[in-house]
This record gives sequence, C-alpha cells and structure tokens, in this order.
Amino acid sequence: MEDFSRLFLDLRIMGEAFGDLFREGLRNTLIVSVGAMALGLVGGLLLSLVTVSRRWWVRAPARVYIDLFRGLPAILTIVLVGIGLPSAGIRPFGRETWAYGILALGLVSTAYVAEIFRAGIQSVDKGQMEAARSVGMTYFSAMRLVVVPQGIRRVLPPLTNEFVALVKDSSLIFVLGLSVGERELFRVGQNVTQQYGNYSSLVLAGLFYVAITVPLAHLVNRMDRRLREGKRLAVHELPSVVGAVHL
Amino acid sequence: MSPHTDGPRVALRGLHKRFGRLEVLRGIDLEVQIGEVVCVIGPSGSGKSTMLRCVNRLEEPSDGVVEIDGEDITARGANIDAVRSRVGMVFQQFNLWPHMTVARNVALAPQRVKGMTKSAALALARERLAEVGLADKAEARPAQLSGGQQQRVAIARALAMDPEVMLFDEVTSALDPELVKEVLDVMRRLAGQGMTMIVVTHEMGFAREVADRVLFMDAGAIVEQGPPEQLFGSPQTERLKTFLGQVL
Repeated sequence: MEDFSRLFLDLRIMGEAFGDLFREGLRNTLIVSVGAMALGLVGGLLLSLVTVSRRWWVRAPARVYIDLFRGLPAILTIVLVGIGLPSAGIRPFGRETWAYGILALGLVSTAYVAEIFRAGIQSVDKGQMEAARSVGMTYFSAMRLVVVPQGIRRVLPPLTNEFVALVKDSSLIFVLGLSVGERELFRVGQNVTQQYGNYSSLVLAGLFYVAITVPLAHLVNRMDRRLREGKRLAVHELPSVVGAVHL
Repeated sequence: MSPHTDGPRVALRGLHKRFGRLEVLRGIDLEVQIGEVVCVIGPSGSGKSTMLRCVNRLEEPSDGVVEIDGEDITARGANIDAVRSRVGMVFQQFNLWPHMTVARNVALAPQRVKGMTKSAALALARERLAEVGLADKAEARPAQLSGGQQQRVAIARALAMDPEVMLFDEVTSALDPELVKEVLDVMRRLAGQGMTMIVVTHEMGFAREVADRVLFMDAGAIVEQGPPEQLFGSPQTERLKTFLGQVL
C-alpha cells in the first residue's frame, strides 16, 4: 500500500506536473477533442444521410467507410494519417503534427457519429417524411426540416458517449511524437512519469480528463432535458410520466 | 398549371400495384371530375389506401397511368414535387410534425415550397387554422392537442397549399368516437365549397350523405360504383351485400 501511494499519489510530483498539465496539456486536449468532435458531427451527419439512401450503390461506399474506421484501432488510424500521409507526400497541415491527429480522430468519430445519427433518423416514423413529401417538399428539404431535427434530438444520449470517448481517445495522438507545446494531457503526464519513474502525474492527468468529461456529459443531458420539455410544454399535466423520464 | 381544365381532375388508367408477388391493385380505372366527392369503401386489404397513395405517388404504380388535370404524373421526368404541391393529403395517423408549433406545421410548405415569406406564410396559416376552428391553437404543439384537433390541423396544413384535389386516407379511423364528428364536419364543409375529394373511409353515414359517388373496392378492383343511394339502397353484387351486412 505504501508502494502504491508512493508510485501513484505523490503530491509533490503532482504539484510539479500541474502547471504543464493545466497550461499545455488541458489546452491541447480541448483543442484536439473539440476539433475532432466538430469534424465528427459534420462528417457524421453527412455520412448518415448517405447511409439512409434507398439506392444500394449510394449506401455501399458509406458502409465501407464506417466498417473500416470503426474496425481499425484508433491508434492505427492516427499513425496512418499522421505519419502515413506526410510520408506519402500529402502534407495538408505541414509539420503541425497535432492537426493530423485531429483529422484522424475526426475520421474515426465520423464513422461512429454517422451510425448514431442513422439510428436516430431511422427511428422517425415514416409518416413524417410522407407528410412532408405530400405537401410538395423535396426529399432533401423534408430531411433537413422534418426528419433530421427529430432524429438528432433522440440520439443526444448516445452522442454524449461518443464525445466522452473522443476526449479520452485524444490521448492516443501521443504516438505521433508531439513536440513541447503540442502535448496533450496524457503526453505531459507521461513525460513527467518518465522523468521521475513515478505515475502520480498520470493520475493527475486522469483527474483532468474526468474534469472535462463529467461537465460535458451533464451539459448534453441538460440540453436533452430542455429539448424534451420543449416538446411537451404540458409537463404539469403529466407529472407521473415526466417523473419517470427524469429519474 | 392545368393543361385540360375541362377534363377530369384525377384519372387512373389501368392502374396496377404489386408488392413482390402480391397484386394489391388489379387494374383500376377511375375518373374524378372537378368538384366531385368520391368515397371509397371496402374491406381492409382491398387496396383502397394503396390506390389513394398512388394518386400522389407516395406509392409507385407498377403499371398504368395517373393523370392530374390531364398531366401524366407517372411519366418519366414528371416533376412529382410540383404535382404533390397541388394534391393535398390527410393521413390516418395525422403525421403532424411534433417539433414545430401548429402554425409552423401549416406554414412550412407555403414558405418552403411556394416561396412565401415567413410572415405571409404564418398569416396564411392562421387563416387556414381559423377555417378549421383552431385559431386559438396556433402556438400550441401538436402533442398538446386532442386527436380530432390534430387531424383538423393536418387538414389545414394540406389546404394551405391551395390544392386542386384532397385525398383523405381513413382520417377518422385513429380517433376516439366522440372526436370523429368535428373532423367530418370540416370535410363536409370542404365538400360544400366545391373541393374535389377522394375519401377512403369506414364512415358509411358520411359517404351516404356527402359523396357524389361511392366506390366499393374488393381484392384490388373496383367491384361496384354509383351514387350513394343506389350503392347503399340496392347493391348489385354479393360481395357488396355481404360487406354492407357486416358494417351497417
């Protein structure tokens, strides 16, 4: 037990690591996570629309994309994009290593988010689309104005899971060999660990991750609740039902 | 907009619909004149709803032609969105959009399809809602309304596009009995105003009172048709006699 607290809970080492974790690690983890999330949301939404096409040859490439990026370990995708692309002469971000990391994580997230949105879109009753088409709306306006807004609301909880996973997966970009200033939380913690042969800095890094993911989950949950209440303003008329939903 | 205004408003010619090996429509021929109210009755599974859904191509006919004002809407290259904007439809399950207010439900198509400004579309929506007696519900959400009110909003939504023909697909079948009348009253008034209507229904009283012509369908074909007093008063076929015996 004494070994454990010496190796993992050394407050002096934590104190030493705190500055870099806070200023460099936290900042970069947030940039990488938010950037990848934004890519994943936009890419996932577009891809989900392709996956619900009635034509198989439209769906097929989207299925291949999703199977591929869900199937590969994220760390391998990061290596392929961050090291593979530049070595093939494709350097859209020059030497900004972390930007390749964002792109790689965004590509992975796109696959997961697409599946989440697809589930949401397909859960919307087909009468909703029919009613929109019956008044002369095109397939795409019906999707944009009627089906997608309803589908997205229903999948906020699983979307939260994806965001939380993404924040943690942002640690994987350390494999690209980040220079000082580019390091995210895990890499900062790891450097200190290697320096002192002590894991306490990584434990502190872990606390930072929790400090990001818990408020994030609560934020999305609150949005979820607000949207649900907006949908039925007659909350006071249904106390038992609403109570059950908000347990 | 109307190439042959003197011809029938809706014409179905040799209409067939197959789902795999199941033949749901076996050659339907029907002309509906301007201002005519046609009620379609028949046992469930007889193809009534499928026929109705072929009129605005929510169901693609396997064979045959659908004409609106003489225009073949099943032709290759027909602009189905433009056609649908002239054909109103009301569904059994209302299909209101739950994430919008009632007024937005009615205003959406005039705004997005006809290109009206948002304020003009909302003003039109209030007008149409007033016509179905729901002016005071404009800002409510569909879920806050009763089934009968929701169905009246659905009618207002279809009317907001100034359709040339209205299709009603068993619109009172999902309603509690005490809510049926308010919806039928709106439809009755619409018929009185000269709207061309095709009404698939189980409400025999409504068909008898409002229809200019009643069609009896069974097994994917029109078995018998005529004015309501003839069809209900002296049915010619055994199948219609049996059907009326069951429902009346």
